[in-house]
Amino acid sequence: MQSAFGIIKTMKNSNIIHHPRFARDGKSVAFTPAVLAKVHALILRYPEGQQKSALLPVLHIAQEELGGYLSVDAMDYVATLLGIQPIEVYEVATFYSMFYLEKMGKYVIEVCRTGPCAISGGEKILAHLQEVLEIKPGETTPDGVFTLKEVECLGSCGTGPVMQVNSEYYEKLTPGKVDKLIEDFREYANRNKPGGLSWVEKFC
Amino acid sequence: MGGKILLAGIDIPGIRGFDVYRAHGGYAAVEKALREMTASEVGQEVNRSGLRGRGGAGFPTGLKWSFLDRKSDKPRYLVCNADESEPGTFKDRYLMQHLPHRLIEGLIISSYALGVNTCYIYIRGEFKYLVGILETAIMEARQHGFLGDRILGTDYSLNIYVHPGAGAYICGEETALLESLEGKRGNPRIKPPFPAFKGLYGCPTVVNNVETLAAVGPIILMGGETYSKIGRGKSTGTKLISACGNINNPGVYEIEMGLPVEDFIYAPEYCGGIANDKYLKAVIPGGSSVPILPADLMLNTAKGEKRLMTYESLADGDFETGTMLGSGGFIVYDEDACIVRNTWNLAHFYRHESCGQCSPCREGTGWMEKVLYRIEHGLGKMSDIDLLVRVAKNIEGNTICPLGDAAAWPVASAIRHFRKEFEFHVKHPETVKNIHHGALNIEEESLIPDSGTGIKYW
Ligand SMILES: Cc1cc2nc3c(=O)[nH]c(=O)nc-3n(C[C@H](O)[C@H](O)[C@H](O)COP(=O)(O)O)c2cc1C
Ligand code: SF4
Ligand code: FES
Repeated sequence: MQSAFGIIKTMKNSNIIHHPRFARDGKSVAFTPAVLAKVHALILRYPEGQQKSALLPVLHIAQEELGGYLSVDAMDYVATLLGIQPIEVYEVATFYSMFYLEKMGKYVIEVCRTGPCAISGGEKILAHLQEVLEIKPGETTPDGVFTLKEVECLGSCGTGPVMQVNSEYYEKLTPGKVDKLIEDFREYANRNKPGGLSWVEKFC
Repeated sequence: MGGKILLAGIDIPGIRGFDVYRAHGGYAAVEKALREMTASEVGQEVNRSGLRGRGGAGFPTGLKWSFLDRKSDKPRYLVCNADESEPGTFKDRYLMQHLPHRLIEGLIISSYALGVNTCYIYIRGEFKYLVGILETAIMEARQHGFLGDRILGTDYSLNIYVHPGAGAYICGEETALLESLEGKRGNPRIKPPFPAFKGLYGCPTVVNNVETLAAVGPIILMGGETYSKIGRGKSTGTKLISACGNINNPGVYEIEMGLPVEDFIYAPEYCGGIANDKYLKAVIPGGSSVPILPADLMLNTAKGEKRLMTYESLADGDFETGTMLGSGGFIVYDEDACIVRNTWNLAHFYRHESCGQCSPCREGTGWMEKVLYRIEHGLGKMSDIDLLVRVAKNIEGNTICPLGDAAAWPVASAIRHFRKEFEFHVKHPETVKNIHHGALNIEEESLIPDSGTGIKYW
């Protein structure tokens, strides 16, 4: 647009949300029929008309089955499944710390930073991990294998310091133990599915 | 002593499975309640037992149940609070991991007493490994006729479902928990109305802690009267205490209420004393939200009496010289622990976990964290200490839910009892800058622990 200020650039379609987290890549996402059957069974645990209640468990499943984080496409898909508005999914996904909105490493290492762990060596474990992985909390290693995160009390204070890697607890950590674990994870990283039982497998 | 009640049988191999649990007297309480007692008789037994909520507030369970709106024609719900995220607390996890059927049994009897046909266990998402254990226990109970339609041939029916959270401390607060269970953000509701009238889906609802509900089976078997004689005064029965920090034997212990704090800390069958032969400096006895007490006030009250593990004794002296039993998350600090660093650490926790609905909590937790960061990193001013006290006071009582208070109390109590340590940090910025835990002995060079962790926050 030509104006007294020269050429002004304006966005053409103001309905599109331009935020990196909301970049849709247009790929359609969907659960496999087996997972979908489990999800439908989960929805039936809640009274008629309250299917939104299944949102948290279904988001756990979506995160695990659809790429390790909640892409906008995945969230929109969950909204359709539960018959709710996409915004109802976004506002929940952004509230809870276990939901990731960005691509994560294959192994997400979550170290407890809270008081009881801190006084029993948790600060040292976090420092050690930063040294070994050469990343800071919140970052992912360039090879995409590890993401390091600080989390709050994991309910494991008597066996601290503790970290959670893809939902598995690793307790009574020492720098030596951490080194060994990292080594193992590096080795496993080429296999298909890291971690223990999936959310879908947990629900009978 | 009363012996084990909640944890009875925990050492029996295979007790997690239905068959072994049943072979050792499991589900006898359900049979007794459903076959021989009316719903209101079950409620009366619980009332008589004097059982108080084990989730933190210690509210009498029988009384809470009596508030449930029984006139409403809507369905009623029982929700088991297994969110367990209070720092220092890991007792519910222990119970569910080893004795899932004790909880299921409690849920069946409690639901029967309340006239509930659907019960949800809201468990924190991080306890993913427990979801499988609970689901299996529920399936086993259903296969053996203790859940589902027409339990034991009576006309009572019940379904129990496990519902995982997804990482939010605030979802332990009962109304935030209900919001979360409805598939929303965990924003606490304004009370009243209380859940007993308008809870899950706007229906009458009771929310109880895992440990509270697990106690119901044993109470029905032994009778409320017998249970009420265990313990001391209005603190009846046994309590699970999760002990952590600088002690020799961290772990979960079932104690009879009334045990002296000194015995709990030093007896070999409990904490076994302070690790590495160090001195006891301070204790937070009921989860990070309750006031911290220095060693002398922890072992003896201000009146000079022995401090006991009861709701009343721990609270003796109110907030001046007392604290609370809370959730039973017993955190022990040795001489090397830096109170300022610990207070800053906990302030960070509450800032992170505030849901953000009320300004005093949302802003106040942020300010407290920033000011404490300053003091801990040698950038503080003397006036900061009173500023913290003022901010804490302005949060307290001015918020929708008690998280605001929970954030204010640790800061206020740390300053009340350890003001000198805060002042030291301000006066000696160069000395404290690189020291993490170890401020008490700051003047004795030899006792300064090797900091060298190189951690940079912010
Ligand atoms: C911030 C906050 C967090 C809480 N977290 C928990 C929790 O993790 N587990 C729990 O049982 N109660 C928790 N509570 C207490 C519950 O709101 C509620 O009082 C309790 O579940 C009632 O059960 P009870 O009567 O059996 O103790 C929390 C309260 C607040 C204010
Ligand atoms: S006190 Fe804090 S956590 Fe509670 S409702 Fe208010 S802002 Fe949310
Ligand atoms: S403080 Fe780390 S698990 Fe509780």
